[in-house]
Amino acid sequence: MGKLIVSSSPHLHTKTSTQRIMLDVIIALVPAMVASIVIFGWRALCLLVISVLTSVLCEYLCRKVMKRENTIYDLSAVVTGILLAMNVPSSLNPLMLMLGDVIAIVVVKQMFGGIGQNFVNPALMARIILMNSFPGPMGSWPKPFAADAATSATPLGIINQHQKFYPNYLQLFLGQRGGCLGETCALALLIGFVYLLVRKVITPTIPLIYIGTAAFLSLVMGRDVLTDILCGGLLLGAIFMATDYTTSPLTLKGQVIYAIGCGCLTMLIRQFGSLPEGVSYSIIIMNILTPLIERGTRPMAFGKAPKGKKKEAAQQ
Amino acid sequence: MELSFPTKPFRTHGGAAVPHMKHTAQTKSVVMPVPNAVAIPMQMHVGAPCSPLVKPGDLVTVGQKIGDSKGFVSAPIHASISGKVKAIQKVQLCNGSYSTAVVIESDGKMEMCPDLKAPEVTDLKSFLQAVRDSGLVGLGGAGFPTHVKLNVPEGKTVDTLIVNVAECEPYLTADNREALENSASVLDGVFLVMKMLKLSRGIIAVESNKPEVIQQFRSMLSSDQRNSNNQVGVLPLRAAYPQGAEKVLIKSCTDRTVPMGKLPADVGCIVMNVTSIAFLADYMKTGIPLVKKRLTIDGSAVKNRENVIVPIGTRIRDILEFVGMKCEPAKILVGGPMMGMSVPTVDAPVQKQNNGLIFLDEAEAHEPETTACIRCGRCVMGCPMHLMPTKLETYAKAKDVDALQAYDVMDCMECGTCAFNCPANRPLVQAIRMGKALVKAGGAKK
Repeated sequence: MGKLIVSSSPHLHTKTSTQRIMLDVIIALVPAMVASIVIFGWRALCLLVISVLTSVLCEYLCRKVMKRENTIYDLSAVVTGILLAMNVPSSLNPLMLMLGDVIAIVVVKQMFGGIGQNFVNPALMARIILMNSFPGPMGSWPKPFAADAATSATPLGIINQHQKFYPNYLQLFLGQRGGCLGETCALALLIGFVYLLVRKVITPTIPLIYIGTAAFLSLVMGRDVLTDILCGGLLLGAIFMATDYTTSPLTLKGQVIYAIGCGCLTMLIRQFGSLPEGVSYSIIIMNILTPLIERGTRPMAFGKAPKGKKKEAAQQ
Repeated sequence: MELSFPTKPFRTHGGAAVPHMKHTAQTKSVVMPVPNAVAIPMQMHVGAPCSPLVKPGDLVTVGQKIGDSKGFVSAPIHASISGKVKAIQKVQLCNGSYSTAVVIESDGKMEMCPDLKAPEVTDLKSFLQAVRDSGLVGLGGAGFPTHVKLNVPEGKTVDTLIVNVAECEPYLTADNREALENSASVLDGVFLVMKMLKLSRGIIAVESNKPEVIQQFRSMLSSDQRNSNNQVGVLPLRAAYPQGAEKVLIKSCTDRTVPMGKLPADVGCIVMNVTSIAFLADYMKTGIPLVKKRLTIDGSAVKNRENVIVPIGTRIRDILEFVGMKCEPAKILVGGPMMGMSVPTVDAPVQKQNNGLIFLDEAEAHEPETTACIRCGRCVMGCPMHLMPTKLETYAKAKDVDALQAYDVMDCMECGTCAFNCPANRPLVQAIRMGKALVKAGGAKK
């Protein structure tokens, strides 16, 4: 009889792998990608392809230069590429988008140690850097279903200018408005959300509390609640960006605090900031707070007496 | 105080949806022919090892005491076959450690020891003595001497007996078969222990994936005259790993939380494995000590997957020969795949507390590659002890003893839920074991 393998228990493992999880996220993004191509045309498709290819290439080269194992097959670079492309206007110069991919993968992700180590969401950080570097191209929004380069204002932009906005909810729900590639079609994003829930890739905690907090504040501030939910990047951010494993708290309590924080910051920026939209900044700020939140919300071990009670017991 | 019987299980935290793979649940157990020789280890329990009472050349009979110890936390050991003592030698056990063992060569007769008779039990003291004499240890896998467990320290009041028929480990069906094939003894044992320890409630806790067991006990209990007050009942549990872990089981059955570092008796509960309790009832009737064990034999390398009753001390090699191989096993597990150990040698003998042998072929033994932690939180959400395994792994690697203690590493029961759930296949349990060793070493230095 040959040599027997000896290893530590457990000897059984789930079939879910990092690669499978990332594939599920990509599948969940397919409806939104299709919607963006339908709404904004072939430029959307080009940007998506360019962004994914650049991201994967960056990941490959970066790992090669750093003499680390190749990680492109975990598909996380593909997800980052898609998410960044979804967060830019379809009229953006592809070179700018490629610069964003380099920032996301090389600077934000790999320089901090690769998958699982980045302290902020790579795609969002890259988007913020692009927004500050190229405010013009990153702030002009092509009209949906328009063959020419006509631009329009986004609903939140109109509201930010203190002008009256008359929403057509059905149009907003289907994504017929100016905005970033992937954020406009609420229907497509919600299909992706349901898929992620069914596949148990994410729990509903963060998206629902994030959107719920934003809706509540919108109501308190006297804004139009449905417009606030359907416009801007709230759905895309709440479903696909705020739920990023690496940059959101591990604990349930922590996730609740994190999501409430995201919702509050988003609405504060929208109402009082000079920017029309605040999803990116609010998620990034909460990403940075995640380690602190996590430390403050450690679960109480099973059967462990709370600190106060222990003292009482000692006094008795 | 009147205790009510729970109508449904209480909520517990976390767990994992492990595949059940109970291939042998419907198959009647078979008795394995007596092997040519057995090696009976003197360490088959938690606590002090026994010293052999026989020497090479002695003739022994089934049930004859061949090992004992003066230690309180210990249980005597009996010959499982009749024949001649060939040697007293060191053998490697399933867990890789070495122990003195009495090697007996069979005479093929299985002659019973003439001194065996039903013990006289009049009070608690004589009952506990009888339990010790039977050689019984916790048969669910822990191997904790039963007479120690049943000896409730003064000042603690116990009111509930929980019979563990959860059997949440994949593959294993030995407890399932015991409950079906020996149900009368199980109930005898329940009423006996409850009478002796003056307990007012007996909960037979069964995972819902064993409907036949639930049905069988329910129908027997409804017509049992001893159960006039309905003090004993069946509680179907959610079939989720690790439902059968003692602290989880107590929480499910009674909603009581065993405080960290305390025992079930501290919350008024005694948990006994179903095979243990059935054996106890049988011993009180016949006086035959613990000399055989039912093992689930399963896995991709096995031809006949079935439950086999074998004499204790039978070498794994002989069992494998009896059930037949499909191919050479690449990995052999004793116990279930979640908490069981991988066996280093086919010459290791079966011990009292073993309940299954899983023979895995090359493909099934293959473990997926470990990748980076993506902080998905599945280990944290799944931990039945409410710990943060990914943090514990980090701190164990950094050898940060203070952080390990702050994150309650010692509360981990190594159930493997975290490592099962991990999509990056990180060796979390292994790291936590290392962390525990660091804390123990650190504590010793201070």
